[in-house]
Amino acid sequence: MALKPVTFSADPGDQSWYEASARARLAGLLDAESFQEFIGPEQRMMSPHLPLFDLPRAFDDGMIVGRGRLDGQAVLAAAQEGRFMGGAFGEIHGAKLVGLLRAALAEAPAALLILFDTGGVRLQEANAGETAIAEVMRAIAQVRAAGIPVIGLIGGRAGCYGGGGLIAGTCSRLVVSESGRISVSGPEVIETNKGAEEFDSRDRALVWRTMGGKHRRLLGGADAFVGDTIGAFRDAALTQIAKAPAFDLATLEAEQARLEARLARFGDCHDATEVWGRLGVNDPDAVPGMTTEAFDALLARLPEAPHDAR
Amino acid sequence: MEKLNFRHSTTQALPGTRRQAIVGVVASGNLEVLLERSLPPDEFTVEIDTAIDGFGDVWEAVVADFVDRRQPGGLRITINDGGARPDTVALRLAQGARLMEAM
Amino acid sequence: MTDWRQERTARDARIARAGPHADGKVVPAAKAVDLLEAILQPGDRVCLEGDNQKQADCLARALSACDPARVHDLHMVQSGIVLPEHLDVFEQGIARRLDYSYSGPQGARIAKMLYGGQIELGAVHTYLELFARYFIDLTPNVALIAGVSADRDGNLYTGPNTEDTPTVVEATAFKNGVVVAQVNAIVDKVPRVDIPGDRIDFVVEADRPFYVEPLFTRDPAAVTETQILMAMMAIKGIYAEYGIRRLNHGIGFGTAAIELLLPTYAERLGLKGRIATHWALNPHPSLIPAIESGWVKQIHCFGSEVGMDRYIRARPDVFFTGSDGSLRSNRAFCQTAGLYACDLFIGSTLQIDLQGHSSTVTTNRVAGFGGAPNMGSDPHGRRHPSDTWMKAGREAGGEGDPALRRGRKLVVQLVETFGDKLVPAFVEKLDALELARKLKLELAPVMIYADDVTHIVTEEGIANLLLCRTLDEREQAIRGVAGYTEVGRGRDKAMVERLRQRGIIRRPEDLGIEPLDADRSLLAAKSIKDLVHWSGGLYEPPAKFRNW
Repeated sequence: MALKPVTFSADPGDQSWYEASARARLAGLLDAESFQEFIGPEQRMMSPHLPLFDLPRAFDDGMIVGRGRLDGQAVLAAAQEGRFMGGAFGEIHGAKLVGLLRAALAEAPAALLILFDTGGVRLQEANAGETAIAEVMRAIAQVRAAGIPVIGLIGGRAGCYGGGGLIAGTCSRLVVSESGRISVSGPEVIETNKGAEEFDSRDRALVWRTMGGKHRRLLGGADAFVGDTIGAFRDAALTQIAKAPAFDLATLEAEQARLEARLARFGDCHDATEVWGRLGVNDPDAVPGMTTEAFDALLARLPEAPHDAR
Repeated sequence: MEKLNFRHSTTQALPGTRRQAIVGVVASGNLEVLLERSLPPDEFTVEIDTAIDGFGDVWEAVVADFVDRRQPGGLRITINDGGARPDTVALRLAQGARLMEAM
Repeated sequence: MTDWRQERTARDARIARAGPHADGKVVPAAKAVDLLEAILQPGDRVCLEGDNQKQADCLARALSACDPARVHDLHMVQSGIVLPEHLDVFEQGIARRLDYSYSGPQGARIAKMLYGGQIELGAVHTYLELFARYFIDLTPNVALIAGVSADRDGNLYTGPNTEDTPTVVEATAFKNGVVVAQVNAIVDKVPRVDIPGDRIDFVVEADRPFYVEPLFTRDPAAVTETQILMAMMAIKGIYAEYGIRRLNHGIGFGTAAIELLLPTYAERLGLKGRIATHWALNPHPSLIPAIESGWVKQIHCFGSEVGMDRYIRARPDVFFTGSDGSLRSNRAFCQTAGLYACDLFIGSTLQIDLQGHSSTVTTNRVAGFGGAPNMGSDPHGRRHPSDTWMKAGREAGGEGDPALRRGRKLVVQLVETFGDKLVPAFVEKLDALELARKLKLELAPVMIYADDVTHIVTEEGIANLLLCRTLDEREQAIRGVAGYTEVGRGRDKAMVERLRQRGIIRRPEDLGIEPLDADRSLLAAKSIKDLVHWSGGLYEPPAKFRNW
């Protein structure tokens, strides 16, 4: 019998970002067949450290980098595979991203996209990982200074934690979905250090309303909120490239002012819902259950002007 | 970690022209399979790096069935395994072969 | 002269003894122990209501707090051994003998107590079988049941989780027994009368709402590609093949995957309206996308499911609901419906042997049966034909006039060849046999007997046991889908290939199933939140399933 693929929707743009592998995200995000990988899996550029810990390696070390086109524009892109070691930064993983950022200075693409999906630094190669985080942040500053927007896309299983959260803070623009979580210390880390009274990591609703995409968008930590499809991320990435601010003193001072004002306004809140209430959300408890359309409508109604700091 | 190698001769080459494909992700209970069309059409090899020791005979059986059912001549397969169950391995191999068969 | 009213006189005495603790029929929770000590007598048969879902937990706590000097040697006859108190009463000497059906979470402790001789075991039943015995030789003297609310006359509203209550009350109240109901609230007027007040002797206002386990909720996020592949095979190789309209699904991720594939994969195969229209099923949240896509005509339920109440209220064309709008479930009726009016049962199991016997028992856990053996059996009392039933009957073969050959219910085991921690599902010998030997049971606890099983679906393929003509063929058909377990690797390859030529074994490629389609993108919902969105916000999942 002939085999004929059957899928609910064959369009890559309709697939769930959260569910997709890093490779599938890249394939659907960029123009069809346009992605060219640098240091592909066939080169077997794998972690030199993991065998010492008797741990399995991945051909791409959980980081896929290359060039492609986004609606015709030349872009560079990096994607983390959140299912391999939680998307954590190791030596090869980090070096591939640093290398891509440096290549941007030579290639001058329309933008550089980072598809974050990471728990932070890989414990087994922590020194190399930490170094990579620092190098990436420095490289992003250079790329942005060269006038190339760096857009972070966050909506994967591992979220964007640890050093990934720091790197996200240096991007020109961030796009986040509901499942995307952005923070530095993860829920378990906070609970371990400060106790379950401070933060109960098993309370998943608390985790999401404190670190999840809706809160980050409402608080201005992310610049665009999207539904969980690859197509939605593609559209938002295109929009945000055009909106990326200049990387200059004025932008940084505006961002500093925004953060100071935010701290003054919300610093005494004990829960994200209090913040939302002060932002003018009538029924903060309803926010987590909202569909993307309802949340978009809420954003449009809020008195806050969209900031363009960063 | 255990390294395993298997070599088979096949009567047919795997159809299709795709040079390379990768399927799956290394995670607990999961694996990645890299397929490269780089051998003579009547040869087939598999190299496996697995997180769980002592299942060589099961791997051998899974690979033998795959050769039986698919006749993957010309393929060099390399596997990074995070401790997948045999049925997951068989499914990934079948998926990989289907990707390589695409024109 | 014979006294024909001894039981009635004894009942009147119990009620009279309880009088001082009650205000009419109403007893405060604080007096529940006094009430039970007044009405119970040593050696009583007691049904403490509890099944795999709802629990009369307030009354269970009260019973376990009774003085063993006054209340002892009870014979517990109840569906579920689920709460710790259900076993505490045996440790304390309050109860001695047990006849039951299901013991999910207490499976390990009950096994230990059975080995230790702390429990005198009558038998482990199926639900329907235990209900039947309530009316013949295990009639309760006292029933302790649970409802949502009652009025002061005892009229009882059970809410969506009616479950076993009407059956238990019927057997007790009409045979000189005493019925005590715990309720979440005493009200002036109940939303609907599920049990008329003259069958309820006492109403205890519980200190907190009765417990209900969300047993049938499966998070689509945890459905694997292997389960999706198996679901595709079941839909294409069985549901479509036999045109199955009337069915029951057991609990598990495999059946949840089938439910989530109806509006996607099955829709693409053009099966809408031709399969899976009429159900005996608890309100599985994973069926919401199929219901919303117009697949499902109607569903009768054994019990309810936590969080589904508002959704069910809004879909009375699909569910059985009362005058108040909420679900009316009934375990006895639904079990009967599953047995006689469904053409297919499909469910999972832990172990299958070479003949096809299956069991969920391991040597350290006695999980009981619940309803699966009723659903998963071929009812010899069935007389109405259906295309599905007749086709299965023809496949099973037989001699003589075709008009004298009965049909067959399809009983399908959906099982991954390896379970958790690479434990094989296919074995030479069931653990249940060892358990039976250790506990000196006459019958090994078999969930579904080999002669009832018609198909086994694994990730390797479908084995159609109806078409097997010899025991040897049957064994090789089972080995032929047993994957890389020792049983599977012990197959006779040539014979398995011959069975495949005859269509007794069918592999995904024989069914035209593309392995690349075995992907989570095929699921109509990929998370609990997707289910909430499908329901238009009507499904309200319990906290442990939420991350928002």
